[in-house]
Amino acid sequence: MLYIKCPWCGWRDESEFGYGGEAHIKRPEDPDALSDAEWADYLFMRTNPRGSHRERWVHTAGCRRWFNAIRDTQTYEFKAFYKMGEEPPGGEQ
Amino acid sequence: MSESIRQESPLVERNTRARHQASPANAGITVRPRPFLACINLRGDPSDGAFTDAVRGVTGIDLPTTPNTVADGDQWRALWLCPDEWYLVGAPGAENDAVDTLEQALAGQHFAVNDVTSGMTTLEISGPRTRDVLAKGCTLDLHPRMFGPGQCAQTLISHAGVVIRYVDDQPTLELMVRRSFADYLWVWLEDAALEYGMAATE
Ligand SMILES: [Zn+2]
Repeated sequence: MLYIKCPWCGWRDESEFGYGGEAHIKRPEDPDALSDAEWADYLFMRTNPRGSHRERWVHTAGCRRWFNAIRDTQTYEFKAFYKMGEEPPGGEQ
Repeated sequence: MSESIRQESPLVERNTRARHQASPANAGITVRPRPFLACINLRGDPSDGAFTDAVRGVTGIDLPTTPNTVADGDQWRALWLCPDEWYLVGAPGAENDAVDTLEQALAGQHFAVNDVTSGMTTLEISGPRTRDVLAKGCTLDLHPRMFGPGQCAQTLISHAGVVIRYVDDQPTLELMVRRSFADYLWVWLEDAALEYGMAATE
């Protein structure tokens, strides 16, 4: 069981949270201008790193806020938690 | 609410006189339903003074902005749910007037006021084994060092979403739950409290 720190509620059990996949994926400004391949890239392609991964979580059973986290995909260790709209700690990767 | 409509607690078939009489002496926990408490879901921006002033004018409360805390007024209590959402809890029957008054006071602002009274019900759990029983289905640390006066929390008790509020150091804790989960929660409490004994009371 993971222990996750909601930026508002603090440390809570994993059972209170939902997972939202990779974070910081920006919706294209003008989807009509994209090729099918570019649109598919936006919809489906993820970086799937081995190691540090910036991802979204939602505190479903608590305050119901979405937030971001950095988690190591090999060890499951969380490196950071930060609110939506905040810069990832450690800067861009 | 019209006089011709009879309100019924979702626990009417559980919290019976027969169940009261079957309550053991020296029970580890005592469960006391508090049905029909007025409950209003309020949303708005707490950094907007016009919003907080209007709410204070109606309820007498400064809305709590610290996560998972409670603010008490004379008539109403506000529970923090998220950065822009609160439950306002008051006496049974107070919801209709309060919704009207809040909507008038907030007219023209960006807000939401919804009466959720009939969707929620409340159980008060007290007695020496209160924390031991809840710990069987709740991952929050309810030790008074971690969860004390003025605190509330939304969490799960054996899969049922609840708002837990610290009441006193008896200990007494209050569980707000959706009414459709109340029967499940009662049965779960009966089971979890089997080894300590569970009393039920009016
Ligand atoms: Zn939270």
